[in-house]
Amino acid sequence: MTTTLSQMSDALARGETTPSKLAAESIERIKALDGKVHAFLRLTEAEASSAAKAADARRAAGKPLSALDGVPVGLKDIFCMEGVETTAGSKILQGYVPPYDATVVRKLKAAGAVIIGKLNMDEFAMGSSTENSAYGPTMNPWDLSRTPGGSSGGSSAAVAARFVPGTLGTDTGGSIRQPAALVGCAGLKPTYGRVSRYGVVAFASSLDQVGPFAQDSRGAALLLQAIAGHDENDQTSSKRPVPDYAAGFGKGVRGLKLGVPREFFGEGLHPEVEKSVRAGIEKLKGLGCEVREISLPNSPHAIATYYIVATAEASSNLARYDGIRFGHRAKGGKNLLELYENTRAEGFGAEVKRRIMLGTYALSAGYFDAYYIRAQKVRALIQRDFLQAFAEVDAVIGPTSPTTAFKLGEKLDDPLAMYLNDVYTVPANLAGLPGLSVPCGFDSKGLPIGLQLVGRPFEEETILRLGDAAELADVPAPEGFR
Amino acid sequence: MAIDRAQVRHVARLARLALSAEDEERFAAQLQNVLGYIERLQAVDVSGVEPLSFAGDAESELALREDAVKPSLPREKVLAQAPQADEQAFLVPRILE
Amino acid sequence: MPVADFQPVIGLEVHAQLLTKTKIFCGCATDFGAPPNTQVCPTCLGLPGALPALNRAAIEMAVRAGKAFGCKISEKSIWARKNYFYPDLPKGYQISQFELPICDGGAVPVPGLGNVRLVRIHLEEDAGKNVHGAAASEVDLNRSGTPLIEIVGQPDLRSAEDASEYLKALRLALIYLGVNDGNLEEGSFRCDANVSVMLKDAKEYGTRVELKNINSFRFVRQAIDYEISRQVEVLEGGGRIVQETRLFDHEKGETRSMRSKEAANDYRYFPEPDLPPLAITRAFIDGVKVPKLPQQISEELLQAGVSAPDVRTIVGEPALVSVHTRIGGDAKRAALFIVGELSRALNDKEADLEKLRFEPAQVQEVWKLQDAGTISSTAAREVLAELIRTGKAPQKIVDEKGLAQVSDNSELEKVVDAVIARNAGEAAKYKAGKVTLLGFFVGQAMKDLKGKGNPGVLNSLFKAKLGE
Ligand SMILES: [Mg+2]
Ligand SMILES: [Zn+2]
Repeated sequence: MTTTLSQMSDALARGETTPSKLAAESIERIKALDGKVHAFLRLTEAEASSAAKAADARRAAGKPLSALDGVPVGLKDIFCMEGVETTAGSKILQGYVPPYDATVVRKLKAAGAVIIGKLNMDEFAMGSSTENSAYGPTMNPWDLSRTPGGSSGGSSAAVAARFVPGTLGTDTGGSIRQPAALVGCAGLKPTYGRVSRYGVVAFASSLDQVGPFAQDSRGAALLLQAIAGHDENDQTSSKRPVPDYAAGFGKGVRGLKLGVPREFFGEGLHPEVEKSVRAGIEKLKGLGCEVREISLPNSPHAIATYYIVATAEASSNLARYDGIRFGHRAKGGKNLLELYENTRAEGFGAEVKRRIMLGTYALSAGYFDAYYIRAQKVRALIQRDFLQAFAEVDAVIGPTSPTTAFKLGEKLDDPLAMYLNDVYTVPANLAGLPGLSVPCGFDSKGLPIGLQLVGRPFEEETILRLGDAAELADVPAPEGFR
Repeated sequence: MAIDRAQVRHVARLARLALSAEDEERFAAQLQNVLGYIERLQAVDVSGVEPLSFAGDAESELALREDAVKPSLPREKVLAQAPQADEQAFLVPRILE
Repeated sequence: MPVADFQPVIGLEVHAQLLTKTKIFCGCATDFGAPPNTQVCPTCLGLPGALPALNRAAIEMAVRAGKAFGCKISEKSIWARKNYFYPDLPKGYQISQFELPICDGGAVPVPGLGNVRLVRIHLEEDAGKNVHGAAASEVDLNRSGTPLIEIVGQPDLRSAEDASEYLKALRLALIYLGVNDGNLEEGSFRCDANVSVMLKDAKEYGTRVELKNINSFRFVRQAIDYEISRQVEVLEGGGRIVQETRLFDHEKGETRSMRSKEAANDYRYFPEPDLPPLAITRAFIDGVKVPKLPQQISEELLQAGVSAPDVRTIVGEPALVSVHTRIGGDAKRAALFIVGELSRALNDKEADLEKLRFEPAQVQEVWKLQDAGTISSTAAREVLAELIRTGKAPQKIVDEKGLAQVSDNSELEKVVDAVIARNAGEAAKYKAGKVTLLGFFVGQAMKDLKGKGNPGVLNSLFKAKLGE
């Protein structure tokens, strides 16, 4: 199975294949190959086959619900799905079965998409390598000794391994764009508020955003089309109308102005990554884009800012995991305090504990102003930098990640080194802006390299159009996944 | 700012996390390391800057919910997920006031 | 130092449940007394992924209260998370307001005390309930997410008596505003008290103690009085007051320290990232209508000449005020009916304020019959009593009971002549100048007419016949 999401959608429209056939192929392929990758935590075969049969009928009758009708997709295990275990990669949610669908799940079902299974992730989306999953790491199909990135590593690996043509992930500090870059697929983090967060297990509410993975920008656009829009259950979601994202691809990119931030090409950026990102920029120049260097002077403070804001919100968002209404409860707690402390000590992994501690500290009496308030002010400066840049340019372009996929275990005992991996992706989250990573090349080891485009608020259409022009045409499936 | 083991203990209590002695040791070191990095924020000039807590769509007007009752969840379904419950409620170790 | 040397300083914090149909952040019903955990959903259970969706009606009611008490309504207010762990708090934090509450300042008019100033009114969500059993505690989350306004008063109160007067006035005002049912027993109107004492000539307030769990007006007085004397004793004994939360035990009638609550409560307030800042437009604020407060209604009734005690009786019971308005016409006469015939009927269980059998406007028909002389004032009272009992049309009652009085001259003349004929002696005395006998003659006639004669007409007939 090497066709892209849009090719698959076209094939269904032409009646060349059926939803049931596609679902069966996908499940078969996963069963055959996922032992090497561990992208999926569980398959939803029963749900998938009944959804596929219903889609067969609609396709046969020529009455598809949408372009996605009958297309197999995978979901990061952070999306609540009624009646299907949802763990967010944590032991504390082992066996938890939500009584409701996340809004994006409801929308995918309404579009006719066939949900194949739930994908691995760093616990509560906290990580950049998927090694923080309580259920074991996911391997990068391009090199099984390396990470597929994170936190949505299962979602990126599943697309790279051609298990499914599209998946959903979440991006709080780069958790869609970085894994997309590390496996050579397209990953989009929409504008904050473009997609509902209802039913998405929360990490950091003011930064979390749901977005698609696909082999290319067109596939990502089709998925975004299905999930974008206001939701009465998420009052931070925007009421702006949702444009037709596919319509833009025809227009080309001539005349679009690109800003290349000086700060994104400093020390820490691997030369091979820089080389192919610059090549990608040249490619767009060749297609008629105007390119100029810009400055985002406060972006070097982004990681520090992020690790205050994100951990503060997380420390509060994760307070509900108390062993009382759902999930894991420690045995033999004699009183309430022991129940809480032991349940959370047993249920959370090391990185989650670290971040809860950091966030609790940043909010605690005596430190709140020095850490949290100051971080929110720097956050305002970081957003201001971008908005000033967008007065001159239509999109900001640069690397997605400073390096290609690193070895599993390489950064495990050095949290800070792991955090610094998000240096180019975090600013867009802090500023609430849309960001897209597309494959732009390979390094000498044959590992994929990603190029990032950041757009104005709610201008996903523009960066998708640029991504479509910049991305490598038909990236081959990795060795062993052809 | 420095963080010692006593502070780690205090924060762990606020966060309801039981820590072993080794945890305390390790977290104190790692948090110190991260906080050391975060110190750089103190150097940024933020005078006259309003803190940004909502980076969402300021233009789209507030979508308030109308006061109309929606169906609640069936109780069996709710309690089925609880580690400990009787037929009507969640159970916790007796709370002494 | 005797208690007299000390000045108590009291400030009250009231939590009042708003009368919305649904919870503040979800569509679950807010009915009291539903079976445990039957009014819950992902949001008010704090399930993973659930988000708050703010209820318009809660904002509307908070603004109504704010306008009624003359608060400044903030056009932008911020939601904050108050973080602490407790089984009745499913998310591990309460969504409340900290900086920038929805209402700022204002005051509550209290009879006898004047205006008691407010610090603020803010919106927040209620917690669920823990029911403590022998072996374990049960957690019921039906109440979780019920909208509350917290009304924070200035420490302007100086005695337990004042405190309970303030509470009564506030409770009544909230009921008139239609935002709260004022039910202390069911806990929809709850009060915490901050109490401190200072030497009369002192410049600064003493250390304050927070009293919790005071769920009746009597307990408010008991708890505060107990706490005042406790603090005075401590100080007189050379001790100092510790800032703490104390629980009022109404069996023992004393307050005791709640150390459990004291244990490191660093609430780590920060802006709620799941809700955008609350922007309330001028138009919305202006659109919120505020009904009359008890204070204003009292003044209007006094103006109309209703006696102070009667005003207190009527305004003390919102249902009576509505009966009074519905009767219409002469406000004083309507008030007399309410404290008279109606109250009597209510006491004798002949009427129920919840479901009256008569339409108050009918009272005016009775007055008309009386003023037209169709019925005597005695008969009028009887008609009103029957009206309250049955709701029948007054005219119908008069007919059925034959209460109409005889005003027809020719008919009365016969009787008058007969009376004069029967009492020639008295007639002579009258003519001779003993005019005081007029009453005797009218009385005789009334006897013959079985009380239905029109006294006015009879008077003039006798005067005419006996000549002056
Ligand atoms: Mg409160
Ligand atoms: Zn609810």
